[in-house]
Amino acid sequence: MKPSPFDPDRPALDVEGLCVDLRTPSGTVRAVDGVSFGVHRGRTLALLGESGCGKSMTALSVVGLLDPVAEVTGGAVRVGGTDTLRLSRAERRKLAGPVLSIVFQDALTALNPVQPVGRQLGEPFRIHRGFSRRRAEEEAVRLMTRVGIPEPRLRARAYPHQFSGGMRQRLLIAMAVALDPDVLIADEPTTALDVTVQAQIMRLLRDLQTERDMAVVLITHDLAVVAQRADDVVVMYAGTVVENGTVREVFSHPRHPYTKGLLDSVPEDAVRGRPLPAVPGSPPDLSAVPSGCVFQDRCPLVRERCVRERPPLRSVGASRSAACHFSEELHRV
Amino acid sequence: MTDRIEPPSAADTPPAPRPPRWWLLLGRDRLAAVASAVLTLVVLVALSGRLFIGDRAQRQDLRASLRPPSLDHGVYGLLGTDVLGRSVLARLVDAAGTTLSVAVPAVLCSLVIGSALGLWAGYHGGVRESVTMRVADVILSFPSLLIAVVVLYVFAPSAMNIVLILAVTRVPVYLRTARAESAELRSRLFVDAARTFGTPSRKIIYWHVLPIVLPTLLTVATLDFCFVMLTESSLSFLGIGIQPPDVSWGLMVAQGRQYLGTAWWIAVLPGVAIVLTTVSATVLAAWARLATDPAQRWRLTLPRKRRGATAVPTEMIQ
Amino acid sequence: MVPFLRKRVVSSAIPLLFVVLGVFFLARMTGNPVDLYLPLSATPEQRADFSAAQGFDDSVPVQLWHYLTGAVQLDFGTSLRTGQPAATMVLDAFPVTLQLAGVTMLLAISGALLVGSLAAYRPGSAIDRIAGLLSMTAASIPDFWFAIVGVLVFGVSLDLLPTSGTLGGPEVWILPVATLLIRPFGVLVQVVRGSMVGALSAPYVKIARSKGADARRVVFGHALRNAVTPVLTVAGDLTVALVNGAVIVETIFGWPGIGKLMIDSILQRDFAVLQAAVLLTAVTIFALNILVDVCHALLDPRVRQAVPA
Repeated sequence: MKPSPFDPDRPALDVEGLCVDLRTPSGTVRAVDGVSFGVHRGRTLALLGESGCGKSMTALSVVGLLDPVAEVTGGAVRVGGTDTLRLSRAERRKLAGPVLSIVFQDALTALNPVQPVGRQLGEPFRIHRGFSRRRAEEEAVRLMTRVGIPEPRLRARAYPHQFSGGMRQRLLIAMAVALDPDVLIADEPTTALDVTVQAQIMRLLRDLQTERDMAVVLITHDLAVVAQRADDVVVMYAGTVVENGTVREVFSHPRHPYTKGLLDSVPEDAVRGRPLPAVPGSPPDLSAVPSGCVFQDRCPLVRERCVRERPPLRSVGASRSAACHFSEELHRV
Repeated sequence: MTDRIEPPSAADTPPAPRPPRWWLLLGRDRLAAVASAVLTLVVLVALSGRLFIGDRAQRQDLRASLRPPSLDHGVYGLLGTDVLGRSVLARLVDAAGTTLSVAVPAVLCSLVIGSALGLWAGYHGGVRESVTMRVADVILSFPSLLIAVVVLYVFAPSAMNIVLILAVTRVPVYLRTARAESAELRSRLFVDAARTFGTPSRKIIYWHVLPIVLPTLLTVATLDFCFVMLTESSLSFLGIGIQPPDVSWGLMVAQGRQYLGTAWWIAVLPGVAIVLTTVSATVLAAWARLATDPAQRWRLTLPRKRRGATAVPTEMIQ
Repeated sequence: MVPFLRKRVVSSAIPLLFVVLGVFFLARMTGNPVDLYLPLSATPEQRADFSAAQGFDDSVPVQLWHYLTGAVQLDFGTSLRTGQPAATMVLDAFPVTLQLAGVTMLLAISGALLVGSLAAYRPGSAIDRIAGLLSMTAASIPDFWFAIVGVLVFGVSLDLLPTSGTLGGPEVWILPVATLLIRPFGVLVQVVRGSMVGALSAPYVKIARSKGADARRVVFGHALRNAVTPVLTVAGDLTVALVNGAVIVETIFGWPGIGKLMIDSILQRDFAVLQAAVLLTAVTIFALNILVDVCHALLDPRVRQAVPA
């Protein structure tokens, strides 16, 4: 259906050495520093990290929606083999929707408050397929039925503020999958929702993914969501990737002290009566990222070498890697 | 993270570098620097100009009638003379004093009254708030020039009355701003904290609310200064403002109007003075809005091309 | 929509009532209202006759009753200058001002939407900076000065445009409309730019971009309608303030509108006409405020819904 030259070995989305600079009061800082990852169709990759670690900014630069204060300064974002960063605006617009798509966190502000939702859902069909207004509306109703909105024909004429939070998130997801994209980026899609609704939304995302064979990039700070939903995980810290691999391996045997610290802080594993383990300190200010290892200030294993030399991301087993000089020590524990 | 990207100076990061001094920021913005220089000059002339010109603003010399601007007749002939041979330069200097002596007290009065009422209404809320706001709506829903015209018709158009009526028509501008901010602040934790210690509300407003609202109010006042100046000059132009033999810039434009075809300088130059002053105040207010807003201030430190001019707040329009 | 309208009518009527009562009491605050109505040169006999004829000998509540019933029937007394009923004079002058204001606001709003959107599309660009400086200047030029400089340049020096009167082709409109236009245009450009910058950085615009929408669709399809709400409020207030400008412009260009009528009645102490003109202006502003609210409700579904509360 789509003209993408299909190669089963090539990832649907391949990000390589992405760098994003951000202009701030105290000068330009690097918010994303050499981030690489790849996702195949049908698989889910989680970008995991604290707020401010650059995961959302990575997502926005992939879909080309960065704010003017931020700028991609290096790297490549390949979708089906073409580097989208080298494309013209018009060529990129052709990819937005049928190939690359994004779901945001706050569905209330992400829907246009003064347009009926049916019209917003039909918009991708009008832009990319040149459908008439009526035919686009038909498609919108079909999509609303698919994501489980009751009485879709009637509700298509309602406005965003007349829907509940969960329903709005469903609408947003419906809009994102309207044209069967190859890659769907979900930027904290459930953070603003109740726990019960969260589960429904995650299930909907999973069903749509299997149905349409999409590659999904799930951006989150929620370890439980990663454990349940993702196949692969990329752990980010201060704009860099500190560890990646399959969720199963990374979560059972973390090879970076930061990943380990995150996993240890999950309450389920804690011992009653003891303080909850946490990663001490806070991430470095982006204008003052240390020249050695980015995690040195908070690391329990820090040595003199960590201050001197930034550990590269290197392979620590089949299809996984970590950026730590001493990842072998964690392995032994 | 889906909304606008914040500069990454979160609360828990090490102390941010000290914000640059305001005069350094001012120096970096060439336009704002020029504007503040113009305003300073106007204020200096208004304050001390009359000491230098003596009675030359009123001294008639019919032989020197309607001389165009030239270098031949000394300093006071630089900008030409009017029909009675009075030096336009001297009259401009004299008028600067009059204009500012109307505009500044009017702005100060409305600033003090409006802010006090607005802070009080916003802090207490309830009936006090709605009554105050209704009154503000009533005043604002009527063209200020028209109010002034009617009131000055009924009472005499003395400088005092002009100041009073201008102040009254501008009170709602500060009132609305102060009320909005103070209503927002009243539910903040530090105000609650002060209240639990039994601090009387008058003192909470003075110590905890006012310092936060003040920069905004002062910015509004800078902008409002333009408006008051324009209204005063309109009134004077229409003949119901400053009365001769006093002279204001607006009155000078009115007096020069009938000689427009033969002696353009009499009417045009006072207008240039008004435009320079008001544009400078507007530019400075726009700059101050950026400089006093901690979330915006950093924009001023960026290279020129990344900065956007700011807009006039919507209260400023009447 | 109907309960919405009813609520707005009631709350906008309060200022109107204040103006009606304000004019009445203002006229009586200075002592004998006859002093206001008659020229300063009137003889004591004239004053006494006038006082009796106008009912100024009655008690204040009776006078108020006569005033209110008169106002409802559009009876504001007769002009001292012309002997015509004040209401007739005011109603004759009214359409002139209305036309002038209508044309001006139409041009100001459409021009500001265009320029403001262009400036907002690339904040910090050359267009943005030029638009910023121009709009700030436009918003701070005294209108009377702009008018007479316009007369000097285009009327006297270049002799291109007529300098006064309403007779003639469309060129008689150019200077008066331009004079009235500058301030609202300058202010509106800044408001449009501000709210457009906000709307363009809103998540729903990002989503529209992620659907592949081009610049035209993003600006006109998504951002504009959201950005226009604050613009509408300001435009309403500016139209009210346009009366300020109309007084000036009609005086300078000799247009027989409400503004000129008001100034003339002030200079010739024709209080009945002034009073009628002020009240008609107040009623127009009242109607305008309701119109703005209706436009709000039409543009924004959330406003339509929020009413019953």
